[in-house]
Amino acid sequence: MSNISKVPVIKVENINKSFGSIHVLRGVNLEVYPGEAVALVGDNGSGKSTLIKILSGTYGPDKGSIYIHNKQIEHLTPKKALAEGIATVYQDLSLDNYRDVIGNIFLGQEITKWGFFLDYPAMEAIAIDLLKKLKINIPDPRVPVGYLSGGQRQGVAIARAVFQGKEIMIFDEPTAAMGVKETATTLKLIHSLTEQGIAVIIVSHNLFQVFDIAHRVCIMKHGRIVKEIPTGDSSPQEVHQSLIGQTGLEDRMEQIYGI
Amino acid sequence: MGFNKNSVEKYFSQLLLLGILLVLVCFLSWKSPFFLTWKNWRNILDTISVQLLLALGMNFVIATGGIDLSQGSNVCLTGIIMAICLKANFSVWSAIVIGILVAAFLGIFNGLIIEKIKITPFIVTLGTSSLYRGLAIIITGGMPIYSFPTAFTFWGKGESTQLNPPIIIACIVLILAVFLMHKTKWGQYSMAIGGNEEALRRVGVNVGFYKVSYYLASALMAGLAGLIITARLNAAEPTAGMGMELDAVTAVVMGGSLMRGGKANISGTFIACLLLGVIKNGLVILSISSYYQQFIIGFLLLSAVVLAEVRQRGQIRF
Ligand SMILES: Nc1ncnc2c1ncn2[C@@H]1O[C@H](COP(=O)(O)OP(=O)(O)O)[C@@H](O)[C@H]1O
Ligand SMILES: [Mg+2]
Repeated sequence: MSNISKVPVIKVENINKSFGSIHVLRGVNLEVYPGEAVALVGDNGSGKSTLIKILSGTYGPDKGSIYIHNKQIEHLTPKKALAEGIATVYQDLSLDNYRDVIGNIFLGQEITKWGFFLDYPAMEAIAIDLLKKLKINIPDPRVPVGYLSGGQRQGVAIARAVFQGKEIMIFDEPTAAMGVKETATTLKLIHSLTEQGIAVIIVSHNLFQVFDIAHRVCIMKHGRIVKEIPTGDSSPQEVHQSLIGQTGLEDRMEQIYGI
Repeated sequence: MGFNKNSVEKYFSQLLLLGILLVLVCFLSWKSPFFLTWKNWRNILDTISVQLLLALGMNFVIATGGIDLSQGSNVCLTGIIMAICLKANFSVWSAIVIGILVAAFLGIFNGLIIEKIKITPFIVTLGTSSLYRGLAIIITGGMPIYSFPTAFTFWGKGESTQLNPPIIIACIVLILAVFLMHKTKWGQYSMAIGGNEEALRRVGVNVGFYKVSYYLASALMAGLAGLIITARLNAAEPTAGMGMELDAVTAVVMGGSLMRGGKANISGTFIACLLLGVIKNGLVILSISSYYQQFIIGFLLLSAVVLAEVRQRGQIRF
């Protein structure tokens, strides 16, 4: 990729985060360039979702800095993150199950007439259009999200993020509840986002699934990014090896002695 | 969209309550020719106006998954403040405005403690309920304050042949509440807080601000209720409004709003208030002992809750 000369859309340095006595993130460094897809893989509990929530402003880091377009952002809040064009599909999907599909897609960015009157028909038209464009199969966008299947719910979360996102899109295990066909559609969608110049971070526990669309794979372990592998010079098997291979002595030492 | 399965689902509680109401109305008008007279209905509407006001305010709080147990004490304290102002020869308007401002302050106080200190609304408003009631007793020395100018008592009854001010106030607030709950962000966010507060924070909404505003709304309704009952009784008593918050909760829950929040139903609340009013009225008309009243209300409330719960189960995941 010829992105090296460009400015990273988002860059984080030495991010640390603890919950009580658990040190979840231990100095994470990451940068993502426009049009680049970075896959974040690693075991359960390695801190992927926590990192994502720091990037989206949900959590503040205990230590470390966040730069968007090389501009340092103090106290990144969800509001600031959205204003900077960062959209996130959370692992828990962040949906209101009682609210219908339209209401969930437009949550926090409702279309109003005269500044206060909710323009439901306008939102419905856009939502139907958006779902169609993204090939998300939801026959009636007026049903509460709680009635939908897991895959459909993930579809709603993705549709919302696509509607919000302009520069950076973060997906935390976006296909976990999806079937084969839905997964393929989603991966294709994410790929098309990068072609539009959007920077993508995709978290997955399935390396083989994201390998094709990712430009770079970051392996996360015990709160650190331990290895970055450009997918161009490597095969998924090789990356998989280094993912597994490191759970050796070094790892167990780290678990036991914290070194 | 028309009348499809979805809209029946959506309006199930209202339809059910309306059905019971209709049966009751038919029965009572068959039993007594007096029942369907305007005089009787004005009576019914007059009785439910206070409960409706409080229930409407409570609905926004319950939509967030909260509760406002201080409403009844707020009603009392507001009335007493108005009474004191009137006795100090303030104009009727300034007494009313001061009373409502005090009510608003009490509501903001509730909201701020709940939001800033992160204590559950039940405990906070249980505490402030006692606090506000205690204040009312201290201020009055436990004695009622009575006899006010007619320009003030007008707000309780008005001219006996026309529509009473309490009914007009309740109607205006009802229309406003329907509009706010279903057509504005402010109303939608009350349900969104109950549905998934974290999701709302993550889309950049200032959840704390909104939360406080719902407790403010609930308190403003208590202020209006305080005005109405103080004017109606021509007296402000330190025991006034006792238990009114629970009557409001009854109407809200019976009307199909979920106690854990997420889904609120203003028209259901209205129909529930109406039904409760008609039941009380019917007992009087049929000269059935009012001993049965509590039992019937309890039975209806439980049935409504059980039914709503059974219907929800297996349909919506949590
Ligand atoms: N809000 C929280 N409070 C306490 N511990 C948390 C919280 N969020 C995450 N953790 C802990 O942080 C660790 C990393 O979690 P997470 O970031 O979700 O990992 P991953 O997404 O890689 O599976 C886990 O041990 C988890 O229990
Ligand atoms: Mg995770």
